[in-house]
Amino acid sequence: MLLTRKSTSAPSAQNRLSRGLAGMLAKTIDRRSFLKRSGVAVGASASLATLAGRLPFNMISRAEAAEDKSAGGKLEVKRTVCTHCSVGCAIDAVVQNGVWVRQEPVFDSPLNLGAHCCKGASVREHGMTEHSHRLKYPMKLENGKYKRISWDQAINEVGDKMLAIRKESGPDAAYWVGSSKHNNEQSYLMCKFVRLFGTNNTDHQARICHSTTVAGVANTWGYGAMTNSYNDMQNAKAIWFMGSNAAEAHPVSMLHVLHAKESGAKIIVADPRFTRTAAKADHFVRIRSGTDIPVIFGVLYHVFKNGWEDKQYIHDRVYGMEKVKDEVMKWTPDRVKEVCGVSEEDCYKIAETMAKNRPSSIVWCMGQTQHTIGNAMVRAFCIFQLALGNIGKMGGGANIFRGHDNVQGATDIGPNPDSLPGYYGIAPGSFAHWAKVWNVDLEWLKKQYAPGMMNKPGITVSRWIDGVMEKNELIDQDPNVRAMVFWGHAPNSQSRGKEMVEAMKKLDLLVVIDPYPSATAAMAAMVRKDGVYLLPAATQFETSGSVTASNRSIQWREKVIEPLFESKPDQTILYLLAKRFGFADQLVGKKDGKQNIQVVKDEPVIEDITREFNRGTWTIGYTGQSPERLKLHMKHMNTFDVKTLRAKGGPCDGDYFGLPWPCFGTPEMKHPGSPNLYMTERHVMDGGGNFRANFGVEKDGVNLLAEDGSHSLGADLTTGYPEFDHVLLKKLGWWDDLTDAEKTAAEGKNWKTDLSGGIQRVVMKVHGCHPFGNAKARAVVWNFPDGIPQHREPLYSPRPDMVEKYPTHDDKKAFWRLPTLYKSVQEKNKNISKEFPLIMTSGRLTEFEGGGEETRSNPWLAELQQDMFVEINPKSANDRGVRNGDFVWVKTPTGAQIKVKAMVTERVGADTVFLPFHFSGWWMGKDMLDFYPEGAAPIVRGEAVNTATTYGYDSVTMMQETKTTLCQIEKYQA
Amino acid sequence: MARMKFLCDAERCIECNGCVTACKQENEVPWGVNRRRVVTLNDGVSGEKSISVACMHCSDAPCMAVCPVDCFYRTEEGVVLHDKDMCIGCGYCFYACPFGAPQFPQTGAFGMRGKMDKCTFCAGGPEMDNSKEEFAKYGSNRLAQGKLPACAEMCSTKALLGGDGNVIADIFRDRALKRGKGAEVWGWSTAYGKPDKPQQEAPKGAKS
Repeated sequence: MLLTRKSTSAPSAQNRLSRGLAGMLAKTIDRRSFLKRSGVAVGASASLATLAGRLPFNMISRAEAAEDKSAGGKLEVKRTVCTHCSVGCAIDAVVQNGVWVRQEPVFDSPLNLGAHCCKGASVREHGMTEHSHRLKYPMKLENGKYKRISWDQAINEVGDKMLAIRKESGPDAAYWVGSSKHNNEQSYLMCKFVRLFGTNNTDHQARICHSTTVAGVANTWGYGAMTNSYNDMQNAKAIWFMGSNAAEAHPVSMLHVLHAKESGAKIIVADPRFTRTAAKADHFVRIRSGTDIPVIFGVLYHVFKNGWEDKQYIHDRVYGMEKVKDEVMKWTPDRVKEVCGVSEEDCYKIAETMAKNRPSSIVWCMGQTQHTIGNAMVRAFCIFQLALGNIGKMGGGANIFRGHDNVQGATDIGPNPDSLPGYYGIAPGSFAHWAKVWNVDLEWLKKQYAPGMMNKPGITVSRWIDGVMEKNELIDQDPNVRAMVFWGHAPNSQSRGKEMVEAMKKLDLLVVIDPYPSATAAMAAMVRKDGVYLLPAATQFETSGSVTASNRSIQWREKVIEPLFESKPDQTILYLLAKRFGFADQLVGKKDGKQNIQVVKDEPVIEDITREFNRGTWTIGYTGQSPERLKLHMKHMNTFDVKTLRAKGGPCDGDYFGLPWPCFGTPEMKHPGSPNLYMTERHVMDGGGNFRANFGVEKDGVNLLAEDGSHSLGADLTTGYPEFDHVLLKKLGWWDDLTDAEKTAAEGKNWKTDLSGGIQRVVMKVHGCHPFGNAKARAVVWNFPDGIPQHREPLYSPRPDMVEKYPTHDDKKAFWRLPTLYKSVQEKNKNISKEFPLIMTSGRLTEFEGGGEETRSNPWLAELQQDMFVEINPKSANDRGVRNGDFVWVKTPTGAQIKVKAMVTERVGADTVFLPFHFSGWWMGKDMLDFYPEGAAPIVRGEAVNTATTYGYDSVTMMQETKTTLCQIEKYQA
Repeated sequence: MARMKFLCDAERCIECNGCVTACKQENEVPWGVNRRRVVTLNDGVSGEKSISVACMHCSDAPCMAVCPVDCFYRTEEGVVLHDKDMCIGCGYCFYACPFGAPQFPQTGAFGMRGKMDKCTFCAGGPEMDNSKEEFAKYGSNRLAQGKLPACAEMCSTKALLGGDGNVIADIFRDRALKRGKGAEVWGWSTAYGKPDKPQQEAPKGAKS
């Protein structure tokens, strides 16, 4: 739909007015004197004139960059990718004399076709310096005020303090929160950095975003990722959103969804809120927050009752469906109605729509993941798709929309407390594999860790405050956490904010590395006098590297501009700190006359980092995406088909856009990437596959491998088979297909550890099989607390009667190194709904992202959402004497209270209130402006919902419960 | 010669404010001045619809008719522009406009309105195309660069179409026909007229 013809921008000689209406010029007043006066003043529309009074002063004038748009200088176009969500919208940044002067949509991008939401349309603000709210130079808290310091002083002092803490208390006394906004190279380098420091205490946003998805989905069928793509949803005939508000959280995904709808697809939304996505749906069903499993099973009940399940598919490719069916049939319509408030008609309608319009797809997001039973909820949804035979189908699949621009990549190869890059667990064998790739001495690495801690999963970011505050004898590591590093992570995105400031107070050292570190900075300055350092990081527009979109496509960002102010790219900061810690050589793999990653002016070369993880990440196929192949894709986006993502002709012929992982083998093997996972209709060298054999070949005498005849197209093995290693290869007589060099490398190895890639090449290219085996998906898992998903009430439930029937788990003593409470909290708060009767849930707005400091600092976005608010139903509002626009107190069982504006709307039911989670900068009624570093406070500030959220963590991954808790609302009185 | 028009497809608009921000960004419009905005009806209840509104560059533009100093003019492509040097900030155009398009930056005490500002279809103003002066007063001139308005180009769901009236009418008609085949098309014709309506000459003061 390219409507434009493009030409370069230059002032044209012709005067538009003279072309339009000759003679008008004669009437004009003295233009020169007007220009003098027209520096452009505070603006206000006629209806918003009063607003001008409370505008921040620096909103008034224009940006510097605009001034010399016509001043000449070569225009350069740099292709980058939006940093605000996982859709991966490409942007052409126009740069003149080193200044980012405009941004153009990239119509050629098969992912977004030039489309942007407000965040994507606003990214150029990152390059504007005049009124920037970024942190501009390193700062240090002294006597309660932030003071400018030099980079040298910052690195030296942070390094020395960190080393002292390490010496006194061991490496586990430090905690490193990484970021889903780092690119793949930075994430990967940070994962390595933390291990070289000697701890597994590291994490990033995925923990509080989709960790339950990753665990649930990987345990069901193999990989913890979206199975298909945004684009592939165009092929769906029905789409069921549950716990996803794509229209606001992933606006550009709706481009594909609405296209599907126009082609006849039916859209269903089940949610506690009538969201903007629901406004586009054919059918909306309101559910009680936290009751997803009964709803899904209530729908599945009708599928089984009417015999709509795909029996052949289940026989061939699914383990344990019979047992699940027994459980599902217990969820009779009246029981479902009692628990979730959803009628039999609604359940039947969803079941019928999804069953009779196949391929049908499902979408879920935080609405399902952020619960104490999130792991079970997502598996229930997976089971639903398996029953309909929708997984591994074009237009089907589980389309799990990730949040941040690179949260998928950071999950895959970034800082995680329980895995090394590529989901290699933290077992000894994995360390041996990666030490080899990193060119690091394994024995040295072992000594960096405290004894016995190397193979123990670290504390999660959701619980770092307990790492600081919990009694020392109750935690499963020697020291409490004493030093905290927030490296691209907002504090207000984690629950229990009221307790977080206490933890911040207790720390010995707090380091914040971020372009916009202000929320953490202000919270810390509120409770501390010193011991806080702020380091300005560069944005993703000031460095280059790869980024993995939700659909697993990897795109390459060019550097748009040089780092602004005194900021440095994260890879440079990592290197500088590593130098101070004494492991700079290990960080860049310098040993025995070899060096993996070159360093230029303290900056590790990005492409070298890419090539390093290419050499090690065999499990999930991050091996075929060389920087050269990725850059070629970015250059020839126009050759890729929008529906299939496949290139037709051109230099990328046959590749899928961004080589969606797994892109197996070496780059030379030219695997095209896998746009839809587990698709048996395609050959493995065409991106086809099947379910992964990751759980053995049988369970209690029942076969776990795929049944005969179910295999990827053209496979030499037509039965189920286990994953490949050197033994199996020899047994099958395929060993001699390896070259001599490959044989040497592959001896004693498997498909995940053979660094030559020979095993993958032979299995795939020569024999058409899948290196990870061919097995069944598991409807029942035996390594989770609930093998078959069970409904359990949230810890703070509005229904004491339901708590009786569906109690939560027992308390756990040492879980991710910490005692974790379930039943004791639930029992204690069983009747708390008398005092706090409203269900409190939270979610996203289009204008802001994550903790929101970055987007609330952007005037174009800030103007659109100026107040933190709570959505409350007219009935609940009237019962409390609250009117639209009033300030109210939202009070929760933690004793916290937050002052927000009431938005009275039927978007929520009378039992529920909703608050967006992007705000910070107010603390229980007070503006924290005085605590910010000067000039770095965001334009819009408000209460953080997580100041008030309560305790509760997922029973597998420590995901925080933010979607279902309780509150009371009172009219604010000053 | 193409006749430039805007068309917002309410079936697709998701109120993401992409168009509003694209406009702000492209033209560096100051805080408080909204050349484009998204209006939502039935917010939060069944039947919720959003539509993006700005100057529609009407064929028989009421603003032109009422302006006491005659500061408006129409380009060959049908874009309605004005000359800020002539504008006296009287606000008549604001009262005449059926879309609420004219905006007034407040410049001083006593409610003085200042020069009117509105959507230019990314076509600048009377100054030389893409000159510094033109940008300072009117914002970007994308048409002179062979591009279309930033708002429509960046629309997240391609709900907002801007360009040659015949081309966008064709696009919209295709969509409408496609939806017409489905059983679940609801309300679009009631709200936005029949599929062939956009083909007609620009609406005469018609509400969107």
